[in-house]
Amino acid sequence: MGQNLRIVIAKPGLDGHDRGAKVVARTLRDAGHEVIYTGLRRTAMQIVETVRDEDAKFLGLSSLSGAHNHLFPRVCQLLIEEGLTDVIVFGGGIIPEDDRSALHESGIRAIFGPGTPTNEILEFIDTASKMTDVGVGAENKWQWESTA
Amino acid sequence: MDLNLINEAVDGSRRSLARTLSLIENGEISIEQIRQVLNIEGNPSDSKSWNSLAITGAPGVGKSCLIDKLLSIWANSGLKIALLAIDPSSPRTGGALLGDRVRITSVDDEALKDKIYIRSIATRKSSGNVPLIVADMIEFLHIAKWDRVIVETVGSGQSEVRCAAIADRIVVIEGPARGDGVQAEKAGLLELADAVIVNKSDLSGAEKHAEELQESFELGLGDAPPVLLTSALNETGIAEAAHVLLNLADSGRSVRARWRERLLAHYERKILDAPDLDKILSSLAIGSISIDEAISILGGQ
Repeated sequence: MGQNLRIVIAKPGLDGHDRGAKVVARTLRDAGHEVIYTGLRRTAMQIVETVRDEDAKFLGLSSLSGAHNHLFPRVCQLLIEEGLTDVIVFGGGIIPEDDRSALHESGIRAIFGPGTPTNEILEFIDTASKMTDVGVGAENKWQWESTA
Repeated sequence: MDLNLINEAVDGSRRSLARTLSLIENGEISIEQIRQVLNIEGNPSDSKSWNSLAITGAPGVGKSCLIDKLLSIWANSGLKIALLAIDPSSPRTGGALLGDRVRITSVDDEALKDKIYIRSIATRKSSGNVPLIVADMIEFLHIAKWDRVIVETVGSGQSEVRCAAIADRIVVIEGPARGDGVQAEKAGLLELADAVIVNKSDLSGAEKHAEELQESFELGLGDAPPVLLTSALNETGIAEAAHVLLNLADSGRSVRARWRERLLAHYERKILDAPDLDKILSSLAIGSISIDEAISILGGQ
């Protein structure tokens, strides 16, 4: 896979479960990427500021608390407001099927549920990093068809 | 080179600053080029006691927590402070998990966040606890009007002195009960320290360790560096440490050692940047060439 990308893995909101975020962070690390982990209970604005200051190309959001419908779009909106339109956002955690199209609509390019093979996440990163207009602010409606 | 980007960074855009630092880190622009386009001659000299301060010490002694408190105090006093937090890259895959931000919460403070910039840095190919390119990133932060730059090194052992190559001052953080009095007498990193902080003073053994260090320094030549006690947990001794560190004079004990580290760091970078490095490593791994042959291919003697 390609060169080392800078990727922020973030836990927005009141959610103390970060096993999934750590597994994803570790997978990305082992694939040669530089992963910046925010730690737990970050606000949307704190996450956006971290992405900005760390000059990350990707942002992975993890939520198991059920607040994804509020928090994920909020992060996307703030990224756009801050001019970080080319950051590619993906999400994971307990995200019911019914919620996903609205999240994609807000700019999230991939959503990975429990049971996703870690390789699939790497394939997504690899594919998306080669595309030019899949940042959170892009008009393109491309999304990753995840298996879980 | 994108002159707009650099100008925006100098004018205070955090995003442009972050992007410019990436370009420097990736070797896409050099600090010499930036100096040239901005018409800056050499390092601006000023009356500050230092521009960059490396904070180093063993893993788990509380570097990040202590730095978080220090950043708060310094930013509150009106200084713009940047923190470059270094974590190791995997020697196998080149990947890294950069987790220093988890413990740094001062940047979340609405009143302080414009005065604190934090950037996580992986060691990448470099072998020391600070990659040499950090020196150029520090210089650009100064050009972009950040008053002081703190470098948090990878958690280090007794002999890891590479940070001397890039920072104006070195502060070593120790923990309590770090072995008997003989440990304090051993050669290495402590000899280059401009100050030593014994953190976790809330635990037993901290005071005794600080005394042993003090005694050891007094046996040496020149002025003994200050030895301070702090507890990042209970927030004791922090204000005093912040004051002492901000005005820290160069101990002058390590001029030659600093140049030795700089020389080694530059030489190492030359080897790591050699186009044939991958091929040479593969040949070494299968035993088709010897170390001496590898060195001579790389241009050494």
